[in-house]
Amino acid sequence: MVMGTVTTARKTRWALLDIVIVVYALIPVLWIASLSFKTKDTLADGNFIPREWTLQNYADIFATNEFIRPLINSIGIATIATVIAVGLGMMAAYAIARLDFPGKRALVGVSLLIAMFPQISLVTPLFNIERELGLFDTWPGLILPYITFALPLGIYVLSAFFREIPWELEKAAKMDGATPAQAFRRVIAPLAAPGVFTTAILVFIFCWNDFLFAISLTSTEAARTVPAALSFFTGTSQFEDPTGTIAAAAVVITIPIVLFVLFFQRRIVAGLTSGAVKG
Amino acid sequence: MAEIVLDKVTKTYPDGARAVSEMDIEIADGEFVILVGPSGCGKSTALNMIAGLEDISSGELRIDGARANEKAPKDRDIAMVFQSYALYPHMSVRENMAFPLRLAKVDDATVRAKVDEAAEILDLTQHLDRRPSNLSGGQRQRVAMGRAIVRSPKAFLMDEPLSNLDAKLRGQMRTSVAKLQKQLGTTTVYVTHDQTEAMTLGDRVVVLRGGVVQQIGSPQFLYEQPANLFVAGFIGSPSMNFVAATLEDGALKSPLGTITLTDRIRRLAEEANAPREVVLGIRPEHFEDAALLEEEHKARGASFSAAVDVLESMGSEKFAYFTVEGELARTAELQELAADAGATDVPGTGSTIVARLSASSGARVGQDLQVWFDADKLQLFDPSSGKNLTYAG
Ligand SMILES: Nc1ncnc2c1ncn2[C@@H]1O[C@H](COP(=O)(O)OP(=O)(O)O)[C@@H](O)[C@H]1O
Ligand SMILES: [Mg+2]
Repeated sequence: MVMGTVTTARKTRWALLDIVIVVYALIPVLWIASLSFKTKDTLADGNFIPREWTLQNYADIFATNEFIRPLINSIGIATIATVIAVGLGMMAAYAIARLDFPGKRALVGVSLLIAMFPQISLVTPLFNIERELGLFDTWPGLILPYITFALPLGIYVLSAFFREIPWELEKAAKMDGATPAQAFRRVIAPLAAPGVFTTAILVFIFCWNDFLFAISLTSTEAARTVPAALSFFTGTSQFEDPTGTIAAAAVVITIPIVLFVLFFQRRIVAGLTSGAVKG
Repeated sequence: MAEIVLDKVTKTYPDGARAVSEMDIEIADGEFVILVGPSGCGKSTALNMIAGLEDISSGELRIDGARANEKAPKDRDIAMVFQSYALYPHMSVRENMAFPLRLAKVDDATVRAKVDEAAEILDLTQHLDRRPSNLSGGQRQRVAMGRAIVRSPKAFLMDEPLSNLDAKLRGQMRTSVAKLQKQLGTTTVYVTHDQTEAMTLGDRVVVLRGGVVQQIGSPQFLYEQPANLFVAGFIGSPSMNFVAATLEDGALKSPLGTITLTDRIRRLAEEANAPREVVLGIRPEHFEDAALLEEEHKARGASFSAAVDVLESMGSEKFAYFTVEGELARTAELQELAADAGATDVPGTGSTIVARLSASSGARVGQDLQVWFDADKLQLFDPSSGKNLTYAG
């Protein structure tokens, strides 16, 4: 009995605390969502729940190149950077997990250093370099720095996953009559896939969310990604308040992240913690 | 079915460590051979060289008469059971067991039949659709065995397959492994660091120390005629007692009293050019409570008196531990064995003797006991080389 009441009281306390934190964290997001559904006239009425619902803002952003073009840039740049970073990261992580080579600790140390490096201090040199090389305001101009910063993250998370793979299985497969290629394809690859997938999601989110490089290394819609493009929204006429459309665009680019996290929550947590604890 | 020959097989790892030195073993078709030795003595390395998972540095491995050094594991047609079982976690039990057959492109009906048959033998039929992670240790072990037997390979290699099981299950599995091997008649090389497994399982036992073969023979032969101190100390549980002793005019001065050597032992010791200082070895079962013996029987041995430190009654027998005055026999071999058993040298001047007495012995802890031992069963060893001076082999 006593035990029961104690745990109930504890549960209630925890539940309250959880609610407070979730509300605190979600209010800005919900507020943006709420703004995106409001009509132009009720935009500034201060109501949390829109009094007049509309999808006009969404229709507007998809009607202009102002949003569509950056969306394409975002998807393309993040995808290409992810594929390259994860591809390279897999090779590096395999070496770190499986082989003993001189400079292994240095490699891990340097990648940690790069991951921690304050990105803002690189913006000006990168800006100058890219203008010299003609990379400024192009896709490669963003993809390259993204790879630089996503690679250490990828190496970290992947090597933590690779270390967990029981490599004796490779020997077992060979004894069972597999060629090295068969052992990789039928035993190692299926076991490595979840780790690679998780890393890809983390890297993709990193690239997708970046604002600093996107705003500094682009000047037109040729390579501007959505986070940067949002700050250039003007609305249909110069005198129109673009708040509603900005809110709608913000919601649209948040959706993939929310979906990723909802579906792959456990894997992402595993990836982050294994990287954090064992990296 | 295969005959496996190791001809001066040596393994030197890239870091310079020599794990196996000039190993010579001939394994007959259908034979069950045990590789035994303390951990780190090169058992797994030797097994992996037979399997093809490690390169052979020098020497030749022949399977059915043909050189196999350069053959890939998959071309040797040998199955292996790993200590960790190495089951594929993403496959069901059925898929695990079917994997070698699928790789060999066996047709579906045959795969099904063979897996069902193996599952029947190993009592796994009702677990075929489960994942390895949902099985108990003993069941996983059986799946690993199943994966090895489905494709009827030329030989089985097993690397400490039972060491992850609890004591009771290990005993049961030991019996079933022995039965299975006899039933299938497949050549088997079995690695263990457990001398009980070595004694009970194999047709022949190979004792390894530091990568060097110490002795090869049937379990009983190794027990009765150990070639050196290391084998003598490793085989048998509780292990043989060792004390330092001196040979003088056909008599042996030892902490257990002065012993007149029997003719047989004196002849063997002379043939072996025994030095003055020797190590005396006596197995626990060659002791007896003197009070239980008739005079006539007693005459065949010698007696000493000592206080019982510890008494373990097993019901059918009693183990009595004594401390006798005199020097502990200290040799590299014995220290290595002690280290492997996890024992550190007990400080003190005496040495501990373990004696197996009849259950009817009236021994009491703390009281002096008259202990008799069989003088014809003692063994003498050269302390510097470890060689058995009474080896009649
Ligand atoms: N890959 C390796 N590189 C270097 N030395 C090794 C390697 N594998 C094993 N050894 C060394 O070889 C010796 C024998 O190892 P192993 O065959 O695993 O022993 P066991 O199986 O008898 O315990 C040990 O001293 C071990 O340290
Ligand atoms: Mg081993």
